[in-house]
Amino acid sequence: MDLFDVIGPVMVGPSSSHTAGAARIGKITRNLLGSQPVHAEIGLYGSFQKTYQGHGTDKALVGGLLGLAVDDLRLRDSLEIAKEQGFTYHIYKADLRNAHPNTVVLDVDGDDGRHINVQASSIGGGEIVVNAIDGLEAGFSGHESTLIITYADTKGMIASISGAVSAAGMNIATMKVFRRSAGGEAMMAVELDGVVSPGLLSFISDMKNVYHAVYLPKEASD
Amino acid sequence: MRTIHELLSAAKEAGVTLGEIALRWQMKESGETEAQLKARMQRRLEVMRLSVQDGLSPELRSASGKVGGQSSLMVGENNRFGILGKAGAYALAVAESNACMGKIVAAPTAGSCGILPGALFSAQEQSGFTDDELVMALFASAAIGRSIALQASVSGAEGGCQAECGSAAGMAAAALCQLYGGSNEAVCDACAFALMNMLGLVCDPVHGLVEIPCIYRNVGGVSQALAAAQMALAGVRCPIPCDEVICAMKAVGDAMPSGLRETGEGGCAACRSMA
Repeated sequence: MDLFDVIGPVMVGPSSSHTAGAARIGKITRNLLGSQPVHAEIGLYGSFQKTYQGHGTDKALVGGLLGLAVDDLRLRDSLEIAKEQGFTYHIYKADLRNAHPNTVVLDVDGDDGRHINVQASSIGGGEIVVNAIDGLEAGFSGHESTLIITYADTKGMIASISGAVSAAGMNIATMKVFRRSAGGEAMMAVELDGVVSPGLLSFISDMKNVYHAVYLPKEASD
Repeated sequence: MRTIHELLSAAKEAGVTLGEIALRWQMKESGETEAQLKARMQRRLEVMRLSVQDGLSPELRSASGKVGGQSSLMVGENNRFGILGKAGAYALAVAESNACMGKIVAAPTAGSCGILPGALFSAQEQSGFTDDELVMALFASAAIGRSIALQASVSGAEGGCQAECGSAAGMAAAALCQLYGGSNEAVCDACAFALMNMLGLVCDPVHGLVEIPCIYRNVGGVSQALAAAQMALAGVRCPIPCDEVICAMKAVGDAMPSGLRETGEGGCAACRSMA
């Protein structure tokens, strides 16, 4: 925590958890999808479900999915902007177990036909955790430079990927690995110090047994 | 720099203000220059200033329709209590702007975002402080707020309103005390007085929204900040060290039933006319 976390963030109100955190979840989901969202199923759980209208949580989630930042006043009008852009959404009550009180499940379709399922929680002060992507446990904050890599669970994958990162002169801050089953689909969330170059991202994307790699850049300080 | 005591010792050793020692700490932390950091804090101050103007508009209404447009009533001829009138009006304005999806600086939270702007801008109008002086006061209050967050909490869900508006009042009291030339010890005493006087305040938002009583608590918070700074600047010493008051706040928060910690179940939220 630094001094600008205390006097900050700069955000559109009224709630750091229900508005700013929700907008960040939307925006990170958009970046994970990697294309323009055209439709979202938005499942709200807990306090999100009970108080979303008064807190503008719906506007914040939709605004984030449309690429708006937490301090963008257009968040107020995001539902109208969505209409103009032909983006549709549907809000429902999500029934989850053992989830944080401010949790959302997003199913988003992109204009390139890609689909993503993200479960994320807003844990206070605008901080969030992405709990799962497409049913694979994730657990990252979106604050740092993050690589999300899905791959076939095979011997040596973790070593090859961390080797590629190290060869690019980068330091791994945290790394979380999860697999659906032995030999099945696996996912790695790697938080790094510094900026991932397009070269490193395409190198990892092209590695044998890697299905998909996405890079979420570190949020710029204001 | 986890405790207020550590902050005070570092400032004493370097022979500088708490704001200056906070700025130096942040330079080491993020690797930015003094000029870059001051410019960043100045931009936050500018957002605070705009949020006062935004909130003073009589037309503002929140999504629920229950709050907004009231702070404009407190300025002009209706101001009867000197700086308190302005400080309260500006604090309410920022809190109303926040409730109406305006752009604000969480300080330390969105729910308590009016208290620091209310204190800083009313003091600037009364005594002619420069923006640079306000920026250094913000660095001091940020370092103190960070220590509160690390030792206790600034979340209403964890520690009640004492942790949100209480912390903001402590930070604002410290900022005011530094602005008016108080010693570093007085700055910490000002924070301790404000925290002490807001100890036990529950978080009881009606319908779970950051509206009632939150926006009015911002006015209460800035009045506590002014009172605390007044005592400290006059030389009244706080008998309990600031760190101990912070720890007391943590213990009180831990003892609070969950119905009084941002669940919208108790306190004002349970009042019949708010159903």
